[in-house]
Amino acid sequence: MSSTKDDRILLSGNEAIARGAWEHGVRVATAYPGTPSTEILEAIAKYDGIYAQWSPNEKVALEVAIGASVVGGRAMASMKHVGVNVAADPLLTLAYTGVNAGLVLVSADDPGIHSSQNEQDNRFYGRFARIPVIEPSDSQECKDFMGAALHMSEDQDTVVILRSTTRISHSKSLVTVSSREERPLLPYSKDILKYVMVPGNALRRQPEVLSRHARIEAYVETSPLNRIEWGDRRIGVITAGIAYQYVKDAYPDVSVLKLGITYPLPVNLIREFAKGVETVVVIEELEPFLYENVLLTGVEAVHSGLPRVGELSAAKVQKALARLLGEEPEPVLTVPAKVPMRPPVMCPGCPHRSVFYVLQKMKLMVSGDIGCYTLGALPPLSALDIFMSMGASIGMALGMEKADPASASRTVAVIGDSTFLHSGVTGLMDMVYNKSRGTVIILDNGTVAMTGHQDHPATGVTAQGEETRITAIEDVAAGVGVRRITVLDPFDIKNLEKVLREELKAEEVSVIIARSPCVLTEPSDAEPLMVSADVCKGCKLCARIGCPAISWMDDHPVIDQSLCGGCSLCANLCPFDAISVDFPTVEE
Amino acid sequence: MTDSRPVNILIVGVGGQGTILAGKVLSQVAVLSGRDVKFSEIHGMAQRGGSVVTQVRVGERVWSPTIDPGTADFMLAFEQLEALRWSHMMRPDGVIVMSITTIDPMPVITGAAEYPLGIPDRLSESAHVITIDAADYALQAGNPKSANVALLGRVARLMPFSRDLWDQALSETIPARHLAVNRKAFELGWNAL
Repeated sequence: MSSTKDDRILLSGNEAIARGAWEHGVRVATAYPGTPSTEILEAIAKYDGIYAQWSPNEKVALEVAIGASVVGGRAMASMKHVGVNVAADPLLTLAYTGVNAGLVLVSADDPGIHSSQNEQDNRFYGRFARIPVIEPSDSQECKDFMGAALHMSEDQDTVVILRSTTRISHSKSLVTVSSREERPLLPYSKDILKYVMVPGNALRRQPEVLSRHARIEAYVETSPLNRIEWGDRRIGVITAGIAYQYVKDAYPDVSVLKLGITYPLPVNLIREFAKGVETVVVIEELEPFLYENVLLTGVEAVHSGLPRVGELSAAKVQKALARLLGEEPEPVLTVPAKVPMRPPVMCPGCPHRSVFYVLQKMKLMVSGDIGCYTLGALPPLSALDIFMSMGASIGMALGMEKADPASASRTVAVIGDSTFLHSGVTGLMDMVYNKSRGTVIILDNGTVAMTGHQDHPATGVTAQGEETRITAIEDVAAGVGVRRITVLDPFDIKNLEKVLREELKAEEVSVIIARSPCVLTEPSDAEPLMVSADVCKGCKLCARIGCPAISWMDDHPVIDQSLCGGCSLCANLCPFDAISVDFPTVEE
Repeated sequence: MTDSRPVNILIVGVGGQGTILAGKVLSQVAVLSGRDVKFSEIHGMAQRGGSVVTQVRVGERVWSPTIDPGTADFMLAFEQLEALRWSHMMRPDGVIVMSITTIDPMPVITGAAEYPLGIPDRLSESAHVITIDAADYALQAGNPKSANVALLGRVARLMPFSRDLWDQALSETIPARHLAVNRKAFELGWNAL
């Protein structure tokens, strides 16, 4: 954090959401790590007076937050957009029960798919569950809207979705901060009709939910989160979130209806705005969610012409508005150079690399999962056949086996430690229960690596840095009924291949736990390796492991000493023993 | 600095090179100067040796946190190929300060692509280019990891912030145990040709 003369500090959207939760008396904050949401809980965990925890998955995170709210403590759960799918089961019934103390679900969406498997627009959850959606446009609003969301939640007896996007979450801007407002627990009183959603009670809650929705529709008409900025009346732009910034950058003088609440919409405010301008256009990122809802108000908004996929930018918005105003857009004279891609790669010394090398060498079908090891899909390893969602690898491998029983002897599911605990356990239970002979490799590097090394139930450390009991992965596998469990060192590729051959033949479920710590959390003290140009035959076998420390010069590999982690995978593969930590008799 | 429009600064490199720290120091200087600042970066997959870009905008009032093609005033490039990849972002009168470091991306390592040749000359067609051996300055400063701050020192000289503000920003951003080395790296960069 960095402070200015006037006490404003530079915060990312995620840090500002955390600050807002802290200032506005949140008592319990929960999350499962996922880009771009992860830093929200990391930031909250550093504040005093607030309880913060990683849950094994997003569904549990929301359930913990629900419990906290019902007994009267303000609560929040934060997750990435696809995490809300995992939490959708409690969410859609939480929409019926409402809350006691304020409860906010933070959904961090990922337009542009920087680090996700899809680009879903979670504003639809607002309409789906009939709950309000609030969208900040910068870090100050992230902090302020968190307070507004908690207040609205308590006032209107509903969970509120605070929706961020990658550019909001991961951009920093100046924020005026305040101190924490302590809030005592609200009284809890047993209320079976409100909180026990058996069918009869759920049916009785529905009219309540509908009348609540009508109250919220009235509330949003006068909320200061929605505001009109009158300017040039030739065009009126309805916008929200990051798109507001692009509009202001492109055409600072147009009239703008800036929506802080994007569901439900302020129907009368939209009609008033439309009367004050010649043409109404909606500028929004991703789906035409606002556009379609504006059309439902009877306002004849024109389509912006902007795409419904990918991120917007000030330049794209400038072009779209220029077209509507009959002006020439500002020309872009530069074109990107044609250069080789630089995809992300497994780090030098990463323990996952050797596993994927063996899998592609054995030509196995690989059902993959979510984590750094998804990078095993990229060339030169190209080891994955399918990849879908958190924990899906095991169920999909089971389905392959059920459709084509012979495939089990050449198929593996590959899943990380945290992903296994998130939602792989149930898939493994399914394998045991339904008499699979499948083989599951759990890549256990002892951390949630891809999102920046968070703890989980098998690391023995909580989100706030306390030691805790460990959920041992081998015990979990044994507990669901797996009898063939092997724990091995992934760098011993001969043993890995041998064990794999045995387990693929086995007539029951096998779990192989490939255990070695993430090279970033526990860097090896092994010496970096080098190549003897005299011994090397230039066979390029070492180029097939996709190690970024190995490059090529004059038909021989060169190992970058500053990158090499000394894992020796390349040295163990080399058929000519041309790679070693030192060659005492290298001749010039 | 004319404050009618924001100054746009790109910091490009390869995940793990320290682009984020350079961005932090830069935005801190801007904060200390009393101007509005926005800072945007992408985390996640890009950390793992991929192409990374940090965007910093400084001015009286900054709206978008991102920079559009053809509008960057400065680029700090930690690696040559990354400078070329982002060169279309530069204004014609923009300045690229580039480390001579090259890091082969995976398609080059596997032989699927070739590392482009003559990058400084190609960049000169679209902007003013200053190349420095940031890695060497970092070694002189006492830690190869301080190359990012050496590069920052070189571009800092071209920017409208006082040396005092830069020093303050460094001490507020960099952990105390690494500060001396980074101050030296910054100084070497500042004085580089």
